[in-house]
Amino acid sequence: MSRRVVVVGAGPAGLCAAAGALRAGAEVTLLDAAEDPGGQIRAWPGFERLRDHVLGHPRCGWWPETSVWSIERAGAGAPRVHVLRGEIDAAGRDRHVLRPDALVLAPGAHDRVLPFPGWELPGVSTGGAAQAFVKGEGLALGDRTLIAGSGPFLLPVAASLLEAGSRVQAVLEANPAATVARGWTRRPWELASQTGKAAELAGYAALLARHRVPYRTGRAVIEARGDGRVEEAVTARLRPDWSVVPGTEQVAAVDALCVTHGFSPRLELPVAAGCRLRAGAFADVDADQRTTAPAVYAAGEITGIAGAPAARTEGLLAGWIAGGGPPDAPEAVAVRRRRDRARAFAARLAAAHPIGAAWPGWLRPGTIVCRCEDTTYGTLRSTAADDSAHAVKLATRAGLGPCQARICGPAVAELLPAGNPHHRPVAQPIRLGELAKPPVENPGRKESAR
Amino acid sequence: MSPVRITLDGEPFTGRDGQTIAGVLLASGRRSWRESPSGAPRGVFCGIGVCFDCLVTVNGVRDVRACRRRARDGDAVTTQSRAGEEAR
Ligand SMILES: Cc1cc2nc3c(=O)[nH]c(=O)nc-3n(C[C@H](O)[C@H](O)[C@H](O)COP(=O)(O)OP(=O)(O)OC[C@H]3O[C@@H](n4cnc5c(N)ncnc54)[C@H](O)[C@@H]3O)c2cc1C
Ligand code: FES
Repeated sequence: MSRRVVVVGAGPAGLCAAAGALRAGAEVTLLDAAEDPGGQIRAWPGFERLRDHVLGHPRCGWWPETSVWSIERAGAGAPRVHVLRGEIDAAGRDRHVLRPDALVLAPGAHDRVLPFPGWELPGVSTGGAAQAFVKGEGLALGDRTLIAGSGPFLLPVAASLLEAGSRVQAVLEANPAATVARGWTRRPWELASQTGKAAELAGYAALLARHRVPYRTGRAVIEARGDGRVEEAVTARLRPDWSVVPGTEQVAAVDALCVTHGFSPRLELPVAAGCRLRAGAFADVDADQRTTAPAVYAAGEITGIAGAPAARTEGLLAGWIAGGGPPDAPEAVAVRRRRDRARAFAARLAAAHPIGAAWPGWLRPGTIVCRCEDTTYGTLRSTAADDSAHAVKLATRAGLGPCQARICGPAVAELLPAGNPHHRPVAQPIRLGELAKPPVENPGRKESAR
Repeated sequence: MSPVRITLDGEPFTGRDGQTIAGVLLASGRRSWRESPSGAPRGVFCGIGVCFDCLVTVNGVRDVRACRRRARDGDAVTTQSRAGEEAR
């Protein structure tokens, strides 16, 4: 009997993992909380062909609108995967338990936003939110927008908003030009092998120039102001450590502010599966994308923020190995080489866009840090002065709201010495009624909505 | 595309088929529809189902992420508030 592989997430990493596992001869169940495959990036060159191949494959079951809410370890075998099937956050979705021979985790990442005064105002969003509404619904989040933060991702956000008709006032990169330039031009031979990505970035630069949108380095939004919604953004020049240069503040009128300082991998599933983390920040994998948990593989942004091309090659390899493909097959060797090149390119981009250690200087005592619980910086600080990190959380509720610290966790971890911020036994909300219902058993039965 | 008519606390909003509830509201200029524990207005922040800022009640079912849920013709959406829960 062929191996049964479950792939969680149908973004670039998961879709390619499914393809790799199918190629190795496995039975595949590919699932995603979303209705359609594509993940956060939604499409890339060759996406349609791959999607049609994978979803139409006789050995592949495609489960859309399926959320993994829990992962249960099963000794030396692959863990069991508990899922809910049905419309997002509906009541009474069906509960299923999958028992694969191998599990590939590819849940991706979400934007990381550092807190600043006023970031809770409506109209302030992540860059990813701006992207999602343009790509999903052709909707610009504002008419006069400002894009700020750090990283190459700010450029596609600007491109999307321009395409949707928004007047983008500027793109502000917090890091100084010297840091960005050093990261981008170091080791030029790596760039040569990633011409696709480099050309994409050059295309964004040309688009900004055409629309006369300034790209300013060493500048950040340090405050949002407005009555019930964002009306003004206060920007300031930053030193390389992201401390504010006094007297450089400027006020810009905006009706939307899109901010992203990087990405946070979605680590609750690998943590629940028992995977060891690398530097406390990413799922640790070997050269074949194998995690430290039995029969669990990881691919894409949860193994390192490296962009879609790296995610695709990681997925292909993870799926191939999880599906029982020989590690020394010529195609696996070639994929490994491509993956390493894509990761090297990502490493130089990361070096060009570090987070400056002095960012907490933007905070004031009244600045909200935990958006769910409205916990302020002042409350956190005064409680932290005489309590352990755990006691601070219980006393202030910082990180204990519905998002389970996905948004404020990394910031709180930098402001306080904390425990494992990625421990979330319930990965996705489940209602009591759904929990009480017995799960539907799936004895290897293949189902597909298409 | 066929229009989708929903209500928010009884007020009518019209969107397009395939839009999310958040998309229908945002496209009509509505920016916020939830209150945080301190009573401050909230709308969309992450846009991808991670932050839970956009929660609404849909046809009586609480805590639905408006940025992820497709709007269906006739959906009765109501706002949620955590104001009054002790803000800290
Ligand atoms: C909002 C956003 C917009 C982006 N836009 C761009 C862009 O325009 N250009 C660009 O170059 N890069 C963009 N990026 C970065 C790019 O998306 C990533 O490099 C790439 O998508 C990573 O691929 P992945 O497969 O690792 O993860 P993803 O593409 O994030 O895919 C992960 C999938 O897993 C699913 N999932 C997660 N948890 C669960 C669960 N518990 N149960 C079921 N399913 C689950 C998610 O629904 C998602 O579809 C964006 C990132 C984000 C977060
Ligand atoms: S806007 Fe973050 S969950 Fe909907």
